[in-house]
Amino acid sequence: MTSPAPSGTEPSGTAAGAGAPAHTGSQGTRVLGSVTAAGLVMLSLFALVFSPAEADQGDAVRLMYIHVPTAVVAFLAFFVTAAGSALWLWKKSRWWDLVAASSAEIGVIFTALTLVTGMVWGRPIWGVYWTWDARLTSTALLLLLFLGYLAIRRVPAEPDVRNRRAAFAGLIAVVDVPIVHYSVNWWNSLHQEPTITRLDPSIDGLMLFTLMLGIVVFLLLYLWLLVHRFRLAWLEEQLASSDLAAALVERRAEADEATISAPPAPSSAAKASGTIAEASR
Amino acid sequence: MFRDAWLVAGKDLRLEARSRVTTNQVAPFAVTVLILFAFALDPDSDVLERATAGLFWVAVLLSSLLALQRAFTVESVDGNRDALRLSGLEPAGIFLGKACAVAAQLIVLEVVLGIGVVVLYDATLAGPLLLGATCLAATAGLAAAGTLYGVLAAGLRVRDTLLPLLLFPVVAPVLIGGTRAFEAALGDVPGEGWPWVGLLCVFAAVYTAFGVLAFGPILEES
Repeated sequence: MTSPAPSGTEPSGTAAGAGAPAHTGSQGTRVLGSVTAAGLVMLSLFALVFSPAEADQGDAVRLMYIHVPTAVVAFLAFFVTAAGSALWLWKKSRWWDLVAASSAEIGVIFTALTLVTGMVWGRPIWGVYWTWDARLTSTALLLLLFLGYLAIRRVPAEPDVRNRRAAFAGLIAVVDVPIVHYSVNWWNSLHQEPTITRLDPSIDGLMLFTLMLGIVVFLLLYLWLLVHRFRLAWLEEQLASSDLAAALVERRAEADEATISAPPAPSSAAKASGTIAEASR
Repeated sequence: MFRDAWLVAGKDLRLEARSRVTTNQVAPFAVTVLILFAFALDPDSDVLERATAGLFWVAVLLSSLLALQRAFTVESVDGNRDALRLSGLEPAGIFLGKACAVAAQLIVLEVVLGIGVVVLYDATLAGPLLLGATCLAATAGLAAAGTLYGVLAAGLRVRDTLLPLLLFPVVAPVLIGGTRAFEAALGDVPGEGWPWVGLLCVFAAVYTAFGVLAFGPILEES
C-alpha cells in the first residue's frame, strides 16, 4: 500500500511515521518477537520443570509464574493508557491516542488473564474460585472500568471527537483507581476474609528467578504486542483517511464536471464546494 | 461561574418541575425496586433488615441512572447542546449547574426511598446527622461523576447502554461508602460511619474538581 503521508500533528520520524510500512512487522519487531518467543520457552521450562513444587501449595504455585507477570503487565498497560490520554490532551497528537488505545486493549486482556489464572489457583488453594479479597475486587473493577473505556472508543465518531472523548473517559477512569483501591481495601479490612498470601521474602532462589524471568518475558511480550497493535491502528487510520481523500477527489471531479456543463451560475460552484465540505465531515 | 451554575440548575429544575418526570416516573421506579428486593429476599427473615443500607443505595444508583439519562436527553434534542455552548455561560458553571440539578433530584429520590425503607423494611433511622451527611456527600459524588459521564455519552446512539457500563464501576466507592456509613447509622454506631463520609467527600471533591477543570473541552465535542 502506498499511503499518503499522514496529515496530523504527530511527531514525524516515529516507527510508523511517513512512509509507514504496509504491515506491522519490521526488523526490530522480528528480533523482539524472537527474543520473546525464546523467553516464553525458557519460562515454560523453568516454571514447569526446573523450579520445585512448593511445600504447601504443591504444583499450583507454578501458576504464580504467569499470574504475577500478567498482573504487572496489566497495571503497566493501564498506566500507559492514562499517560497516553493525558499526553493526547496536551499534545493533541494522534500518536498518543493510538498508544493509549492499543495499550488499553492489551491491558484488558492481561487483566482478564490475571483474574482467570488467579481463580484457577484459588480453587485448589482456597477452595473457591472467587473471594471478596481487596485485590481481587479492585482488579475486577479495574477490568470493568477499562471495558467501559474500550466501549466508548468503539462508538463511531470523527477521529478528533473520538480521541477527546476517549482521553477524558480514560482519565476519569484512572482518577477512580486509587479511590476504588482505597475504599475496597478499607471495606475489606472490616470483613475478615482470606487474603492473598503475600510473596514470601524467603522465597526459594530458583522460584524467585523464575518469577523475575516471567515478569521480564511478559514485559517483552507486552512491548511486542503494543508495537504491532499500534502499527495496525495507525494503518487502519491511514486507510480510512486515504479512502476519504479518494472520495473527495471523486466528488471534486464530479463538481468540476457539473460546473463545466453549467458554467454561469456562481452559486452552483459554491453549492458544490458546500457539498464537498459536507462530504468531508 | 456560580451565577451561571445557578442559571443552568434553575433551567433544569424548572424543566423537571413542569415535566414531572422525576416525581411521576423515576420516584415510582425507585419504590418498585424496593418492592422487588422484598420479593427477592424473603421479608419474613431478617435479611431485608440487615441489607437495608445496601438495598437503599443500589436503588439510589439505579434510579440515578434514569435521572442522569433524562438530564442529558433534554439537551440532546433541537441542538440544545450547541445552544448551551454558544450561550456564553462558563463551562464550569454549566457543569456545576447540571450537577446541582441532578443532585437536587437525587435528594428528592433519597427522601422517597428513605421513607420507603422505613415503611417497607421497618428500618429505624438512628443517627439522623450521619444519615444526612452521608446522603449529601454521596449525592454530590454521584451527581458530579454522573454529569461527567452523562455529557460524554450524551448524543451517542448507544448512550442508554453505555452510560451504566461507564458509570457503575466508577461510582463503586460511593456504593461502598454509602452502605457502610448507613449500616453504622442504622446499627447505632455512628462513630464507625464518619470515616466513610470522609471518603465520600473525597470522591465528590475529586470529581467536582475534574468536572470544573475539564468540562469545557468535553462539551466542545459534538
